[in-house]
Amino acid sequence: MNPFTKLDGLVAPLDRANVDTDAIIPKQFLKSIKRSGFGPNAFDEWRYLDVGQPGQDCSTRPLNPDFVLNQPRYQGAQILLTRDNFGCGSSREHAPWALEDYGFRVLIGPSFADIFFNNSFKNGLLPIKLAAAEVDELFRQCEATEGYRLVVDLAAQTITRPDGKTIGFDIDPFRKECLLNGWDDIGLTLRHADKIRAFEDKRRAEHPYYFA
Amino acid sequence: MAAQTLYEKLWSSHVVHEEADGTALIYIDRHLVHEVTSPQAFEGLKLAGRKPWRISSIVATADHNTPTDHWEQGILDPVSRQQVETLDANIREVGSLAYFPFKDERQGIVHVIGPENGATLPGMTVVCGDSHTSTHGAFGCLAHGIGTSEVEHVMATQCLLQKKSRTMLIKVDGQLGKGVTAKDVVLAIIGKIGTAGGTGYAMEFGGSAIRALSMEGRMTICNMAIEAGARAGMVGVDETTIAYLKNRPFSPKGEAWEQAVAYWRTLHSDEGAQFDKVVELKAEDILPQVTWGTSPEMVTTVDGRVPDPAAVTDPVRREGVERALKYMGLEPNTPITDIKVDQVFIGSCTNSRIEDLREAAAVAKGRSKAANVKRVLVVPGSGLVKRQAEEEGLHEIFLAAGFEWREPGCSMCLAMNADRLEPGERCASTSNRNFEGRQGAGGRTHLVSPAMAAAAAVTGHFADVRTLA
Repeated sequence: MNPFTKLDGLVAPLDRANVDTDAIIPKQFLKSIKRSGFGPNAFDEWRYLDVGQPGQDCSTRPLNPDFVLNQPRYQGAQILLTRDNFGCGSSREHAPWALEDYGFRVLIGPSFADIFFNNSFKNGLLPIKLAAAEVDELFRQCEATEGYRLVVDLAAQTITRPDGKTIGFDIDPFRKECLLNGWDDIGLTLRHADKIRAFEDKRRAEHPYYFA
Repeated sequence: MAAQTLYEKLWSSHVVHEEADGTALIYIDRHLVHEVTSPQAFEGLKLAGRKPWRISSIVATADHNTPTDHWEQGILDPVSRQQVETLDANIREVGSLAYFPFKDERQGIVHVIGPENGATLPGMTVVCGDSHTSTHGAFGCLAHGIGTSEVEHVMATQCLLQKKSRTMLIKVDGQLGKGVTAKDVVLAIIGKIGTAGGTGYAMEFGGSAIRALSMEGRMTICNMAIEAGARAGMVGVDETTIAYLKNRPFSPKGEAWEQAVAYWRTLHSDEGAQFDKVVELKAEDILPQVTWGTSPEMVTTVDGRVPDPAAVTDPVRREGVERALKYMGLEPNTPITDIKVDQVFIGSCTNSRIEDLREAAAVAKGRSKAANVKRVLVVPGSGLVKRQAEEEGLHEIFLAAGFEWREPGCSMCLAMNADRLEPGERCASTSNRNFEGRQGAGGRTHLVSPAMAAAAAVTGHFADVRTLA
């Protein structure tokens, strides 16, 4: 996993609540057996006017001019502003894969769905929860200002707006450490292999029927 | 010891290690695997030179991509076929407790085959790379969906990194009215608390109306806990649970059964256990439900109307309602029973078990598909469900009514196979998600119970199943 430390990035606003993972990456693209290449199909049904198929060259497809991420001013955005319950629905990790492959590194919103939130951290994508009023203000500023950028500093746990205001955010210390260092969870967990084995032996002795 | 909730009992019996910030390593007893969310995990393991920690925890099947007709032709879509064949190859290489491949007589939807084979047992932690894993909580398990990185993590370490959730009790007391089913209960719950209402919580369903439900009904409810935002839903163990599990293929036998049952009987929330949040519903207040929008919380009763966005004060919500009505092609204030349907789908991990099919058949019996309905798909949850339904003659009722009787799989719940809606088509569906495009790009989904789906199929529009005597 790529470490995440600090980002000075262009911001794009996706002003709708309950954006589900079917919208982030539609089902036909889940047939891939790879982890990469989902970016061109991120938000496929909103982004293009035709129906996308796996393996298609997306560069020649008709874009939906009404979809916010298609606006020229948001090209190259690395930070996405979202509304409540972003990432609800399916557990497909293809959703954070698609967002990351599209170019996003940070998501800022009032709330995220649990599984999506968790999956994001495994892919160097930082979801930040802020109070609804803070998010509202970011939406306002972003929509009013072309080229709107934010500086996200994970070590300091701050977001700095162009007007100089700094907003603090919470993150689990363990997740922060993993993200800052780009650590692989499995490697970390396997440091406790002896403990896992001991737990398993004890469980097997007490509840043999779970190990049949 | 202080009174504990079921969740606390399940959690504390699985903690292997805990970090200073409360992030814990939780031991995983059962790992269910399907073709869509596993290939990258198997590949990751291989690239890192790692082996699965405990093969006997793995139960696998192919369900999302498999066709539901013409099995003799195999899987025609080459991309789908490759994904299913990749699972075949991975399981062949790695091993498993059980694998039910495409066309196997016990193949089916992963959340149907786990319980029916006794591979889901009370007290277990159950994970699967699928959000509807919450289904298995009906057995007094801690069960939830995980992403593919976590699938790989569980394979490599038999553990999951987790933080303890808060606890919520959803208490439904009283007696459900005639024609009101578990699906209506869970849709009513989602309508009440919203699709993010359960975020961060482990949700337990209790009260006399839940206790009175069969295991199939409890699975329907726990299945949709994720639609209320909760990763895990659960119901305490009782005699209904134990009776269901007796003599299933992977259920313990003989002395082990007695030992297991003695432990399972402790798997319920203790009297006086404290929950972080309690939500109560009266069973008598719950009527048959129909969703009208593009989120499961956009739901009303069959005697209700499509809402009017003008009456919604919060601007983000109002815009959400307006957008949903536009996508759904619905006018404000339309009576629900005036909405006509083009297709009907009876199936999915929410509602494809034998009891669901019986409920649908009871409505379909002696009736016929309405002329305006193009297609009614009945897709059993597994090969075993299909066989049992055929032994009971349910398939004949469906076929006589002009419904299609298909092979098992996820089918048009998410339309990864060939079963899907055309743009603009409207569907009464027993599945779990009415998201934009879920059942096919441009398709319009209304979530209902199996009985209500059958009622829509025979009348051509949403109809109150209670009036179809």
